Amino acid sequence: MPSPSYPTLWPFLIYGILVLLLAGGMLFISHFLGERHQEKETDEVYEAGIEATGTARLLFPVHFYLIAMFFVIFDLEAVFIISWAIAIRDVGWGGYLAVVIFVAILVAVLIYEWRIGALNFGPQGKKILRAYRHKIKGVNHNEVVDKQNN
Amino acid sequence: MSLPTILFWILAVISILSAIGVVVAKNPVHSVLLLIVTFFTITGFYILLNAQFLAVVHIIVYAGAIMVLFLFVIMLMNLNASGEPQKNNLVKFAGVVAGGLLLIVLVAALKKADTGMLIQGSTNIGLIQNLGKVLFKDFVLPFEVSSILFLSAMIGAIVIGKKD
Repeated sequence: MPSPSYPTLWPFLIYGILVLLLAGGMLFISHFLGERHQEKETDEVYEAGIEATGTARLLFPVHFYLIAMFFVIFDLEAVFIISWAIAIRDVGWGGYLAVVIFVAILVAVLIYEWRIGALNFGPQGKKILRAYRHKIKGVNHNEVVDKQNN
Repeated sequence: MSLPTILFWILAVISILSAIGVVVAKNPVHSVLLLIVTFFTITGFYILLNAQFLAVVHIIVYAGAIMVLFLFVIMLMNLNASGEPQKNNLVKFAGVVAGGLLLIVLVAALKKADTGMLIQGSTNIGLIQNLGKVLFKDFVLPFEVSSILFLSAMIGAIVIGKKD
């Protein structure tokens, strides 16, 4: 049971009720005002005409999990920074210095991730582009030589 | 009944129902969504207890980040509703016995617990501002050490995840 002396709750309650009203109202109104029709392709996943193949329940690459891990850790750091930001006037320059060191370590982690390529996703675009350029350059080079000969 | 008491009972009912739903739901994604509902009601308890920092952490970290991890694990493991193996009765029975024993231990421990030491009335230590004051004045060094911990966690995740 909550203790007899409790925080002021009514702003929070009003906020919660407003959120529910807004979300419910949007669903309610769009239910009546929305256009409803039933055509041949209405129930397709992509109504534009692309046919879906297979299910969406694929095995995900483990790389997504890595990104989620980064998200968790940076999220925790955001929590610490929030507690600093709320108490910013009380902790003064000492707290500022502490949070600067904290953020500097975070930036170091971010640079490390960036350099090691942990944030890279999918096919290596740069490598493909380089190989392509190399190929093109080989062709161009011959042309230039031809022009000079003429 | 006062307003916090009414809120407490509403939240308690929702949290217990959604927690049962987490266990009962067949689809693991539904379990995750119900777990998010449970976390939100627990956040409500924290606010009733004047622990706003815990409430914020619970929303941001648990309902946000940890649930993302759970969803990713479910997708990585590819738990189809049809692919889930049916557990036999022996395993179910063992689970019921183990869970019941845990419940007995918890109830016994809580019945013996001394509540006389609890501070009655509201404290302000749970407010974010007071926590920030304590954290950045008295516990600066542990705070910086925690950032080193984050660094090592991040590098560990990279080393494990990039094994190709």
